[in-house]
Amino acid sequence: MSANPEIMHRGLDTTPFLKRLGAFDWVWAALVLIGAVAAHRLYSDFMDGYEVGILYGTAAGLIWLGWGWKPMRGFSLAVALLSLAAIALYGSELTNGNSNFFLKFLISSQSAIMWMSALYVMATFAYIFEILSGSSFSGRVGSAMTWSATVMGSVGLMVRWRESYLMGADIGHIPVSNLYEVFVLFAVMTALLYLTYERRYNNRAMGAFVLTVISAAVAFILWYTFDREAHHIQPLVPALQSYWMKIHVPANFVGYGAFALAAMLGVAYLLIDRKPGGLLARRLPSLEILDDIMYKAIALGFAFFTVATVLGAMWAAEAWGGYWSWDPKETWALIVWLNYAAWLHLRLTKGWRGVPLAWWAIVGLFVTLFAFLGVNMFLSGLHSYGTL
Amino acid sequence: MNLAITLLVVIAIAAIIGTVLQQNQPYNDYIIKFGPYWFEVFKGLGLFDIYGTGWFWLLLGFLLISTTICVYRNTPAIIRDMRHFRLDVQEKSLRAFKHRDEWQSELSGEVLVTTLGTRLQQHGYQVRHKQHDGYRMVAAMRGGLGRLGYILSHLSIVVICLGGAIDGNLPLKLAEMRGEIQIEKRNIPVSEIAANSTLGTDNSSFRGSVEIPEGSRANFVFLQVRDGYLLQQLPFTVALEDFRIEHYPSGMPKSFESDLIIIDPDEKEPLRQTIKVNHPWVYKGYAIYQASFSDGGSEIKLKAWSLDKPDAEPLLIDGVVKETNQLVTPRGDYALEVTDFKPFNVFPAEEGSGKEFHNYGPSVIFKLRAANGEAREYVNYQVPISVEGRHFLLSGMRDTPAEEYRFLHIPIDSDGGINRFMRFLTLARDRALIERIARRLTTSDFDMTPEDPNFNDFVTSLVELQQLFINEGIDAVVELAERRVPEEKHNEAISSYIKLVQGLLGSVYVELLQGEGIDLSEGVDATQAQYFDDALNAFSLLGPYGSPMFLKLEEYKHVEATGLQIARAPGQNIVYLGCVMLMAGVFFMFYLHHRRLWLRIEEQDGHATILLAAAGHRERSDFDHEFELMCGDLRQHSSAQAN
Repeated sequence: MSANPEIMHRGLDTTPFLKRLGAFDWVWAALVLIGAVAAHRLYSDFMDGYEVGILYGTAAGLIWLGWGWKPMRGFSLAVALLSLAAIALYGSELTNGNSNFFLKFLISSQSAIMWMSALYVMATFAYIFEILSGSSFSGRVGSAMTWSATVMGSVGLMVRWRESYLMGADIGHIPVSNLYEVFVLFAVMTALLYLTYERRYNNRAMGAFVLTVISAAVAFILWYTFDREAHHIQPLVPALQSYWMKIHVPANFVGYGAFALAAMLGVAYLLIDRKPGGLLARRLPSLEILDDIMYKAIALGFAFFTVATVLGAMWAAEAWGGYWSWDPKETWALIVWLNYAAWLHLRLTKGWRGVPLAWWAIVGLFVTLFAFLGVNMFLSGLHSYGTL
Repeated sequence: MNLAITLLVVIAIAAIIGTVLQQNQPYNDYIIKFGPYWFEVFKGLGLFDIYGTGWFWLLLGFLLISTTICVYRNTPAIIRDMRHFRLDVQEKSLRAFKHRDEWQSELSGEVLVTTLGTRLQQHGYQVRHKQHDGYRMVAAMRGGLGRLGYILSHLSIVVICLGGAIDGNLPLKLAEMRGEIQIEKRNIPVSEIAANSTLGTDNSSFRGSVEIPEGSRANFVFLQVRDGYLLQQLPFTVALEDFRIEHYPSGMPKSFESDLIIIDPDEKEPLRQTIKVNHPWVYKGYAIYQASFSDGGSEIKLKAWSLDKPDAEPLLIDGVVKETNQLVTPRGDYALEVTDFKPFNVFPAEEGSGKEFHNYGPSVIFKLRAANGEAREYVNYQVPISVEGRHFLLSGMRDTPAEEYRFLHIPIDSDGGINRFMRFLTLARDRALIERIARRLTTSDFDMTPEDPNFNDFVTSLVELQQLFINEGIDAVVELAERRVPEEKHNEAISSYIKLVQGLLGSVYVELLQGEGIDLSEGVDATQAQYFDDALNAFSLLGPYGSPMFLKLEEYKHVEATGLQIARAPGQNIVYLGCVMLMAGVFFMFYLHHRRLWLRIEEQDGHATILLAAAGHRERSDFDHEFELMCGDLRQHSSAQAN
């Protein structure tokens, strides 16, 4: 499997990074900055110093990400445009969500998330069909759907943020505060991570595996919405009213997304390993590359999970009076961390590769899943924000 | 290294136990859950406070030592490796590299060194070169910080563990082992806590909590230790001036904050600050957190009707939340333990009411403890609640905290009181009246005459049935019916028993109405009939209600208390330093890739032979590709045309 030509080119190019940027890069960066400044000016009453810092930090991070990974530019513009359209259509009346056609059927947060759900599931089938039939068109459809779903999911979160403020200035908050919202975040993060690898390795067959886990998350979201009516926006308990939430939760979900991706590639690895000459072996990247992507995903996940746990400890110090309380959620975060630390040690120092690590990555997903979901369901503690 | 991986896994498994088994619960709960045998076993293993047991700390200690040794062993080599360019590497070694290439150039060695050196610098490499005897060596490397990542991330574990140990309770544990400290398990006033259960202000790290009612102060906190506590003294006094809480429409707390005053002997003036959740006050290394809130001893006035002698003048009781009153009743003495007071109770509103939430008003929660120690818990609402247009006073009862409350609905009078209900109950408890009515009914409804041999037995059983209903409730009547007749006739018997009771009480009700001077010539109107049904419902539950009194909340003065957590953690900044090192280390390690590259340039017969060899630390699959690109690039730049 050859690497993407664009990446190859980048390896050779010695022009300084900033000179390599095109006009669109600069226009886009300017738009991001304008957006950040506008948000700052419009909403400074709702932000403390840390939150202003997070706003500009996010803008800088987004620009850096977009310059390094070009599709991010178009993606973020699409999300911004649709979200702004929804905000404009809402005006100051939440009830417009039921009366305006576009809001009701397309870009109110609830509809956008439903579109996301549908598109992810369809993308999963498109990717699976690509593997079965070898139709690269089907793969491209899968990609397009995954991109669209990710746009819709992100729009859903953005608009939900606005909707929460329309419900009341004291209710408004970033939508990463309960299980419903973070599941959407999980789907979007995992998909974005996958899309980077899809492009970098120019292989769409991995999508069948990664989108399966996203579809599972979608199934949960749907059950949670229709059976439990958990999609209603709830006000925040005092402990969650903090700028820390804006960084702790997203950092965690980069980690969870990456771990989920690694586990699904682990599944692919094991299937190919069982049947080396089979259909999957022909469609997917070589075992060596799969193993490498698995490592990269776990390394990325581990790095972000480390950051998220540290941020969590710092937040705990402010909200609960101690940076570490052996609370079940904290302890399970440590368990996840130790688990992947062991995985990385095995790979980097013991030179393990392949099958055992693929199994370990799959088991790791279950450990992660328990930390993410099981703790909320079965164990009680301080961190009982996302109960089922 | 095997040790490290084993330790990581073992610690993870040990940590799991601590999350599955709830830690630091009252020991009695564990005994109930596991039985006395396993309780002793688990206690011996320290499973109830796993993160405080010696063996868990020993495991962490092993991890610390193992990591320290790792860092100690590898650091010098890594630093050497990061700094040395290895310009003296032998040709033979270079030829043994997996990544190598060889080509020739017509350029001179000197030119090649500069051209390719510059090119490598453009690729982000640091470059050194050396003139050897007969050949030139260019050595380059980049991403050396990646190696630093190893040191940082591993050293950070050591730093975090040390910081954590400073904040841990190791000195406390040792003092306890030496017997210098005794954990207090009784619920006694602070002034009575013994000196060996009290920790002085010299204790450098702790985390404790204290509740301070409005207008009160404290210069101590309680440290929870297993199934007991210790008293930790503070070098200053914290007073609560005011506590404020705001709620969402759903009744959920939106924010709560405390206006605190610190009175420190070292300061002339008291210091003031407002704290709230997520915004602690750090004073002289003591961090004061807003953790919770509770009732700070609200004063409540209760009106108590005896349910045994409902016509007696109700008692007036002055209670204070978290204090106990004594009640003398015909059923014996009771302790009235007022446990909580809530100024409002918001629940989802009834459907169709047009509102999302409804406030059911203030409530008082109390326990009635009989002389034998058994207690039931009650919640009584102050304001009558409307159900289908009628109004009731609500009182919930449960035997254990695990149950849901079962509610007694007492119908209220037109004037909002419950005097009429009590008058009705008085009549219903009047045995002489009941007997009179029973005789009358036996004659009128069952065609018996007093001369009948069974007459008296029938009357007695009617009276007893009614007494059973009023004293023990409807369930007792059902049970009696089930005991007396075969199973196939249960339903029939139950409904006829209930009809009998209804008939009797119906006549009692008529007495009540007549006593009130109501004209019954046209029968009982719908409102009065409804009142009868509601009162009967309430009667039917008085037995299981189990209280000798009905307590009505009359007046209250709400006093709140703030729940503070006060901590001293001198190791916190060390831990944070470790965390920063860890984050930096992990990113360096994964995203800065240490790579080396050598160009051995040997001139011969007017052309130069270039031997390129490269190595990446922990070679990854990308490196093959990168090397290919570098080869192509360097080859291209070695030809005269390219320059």
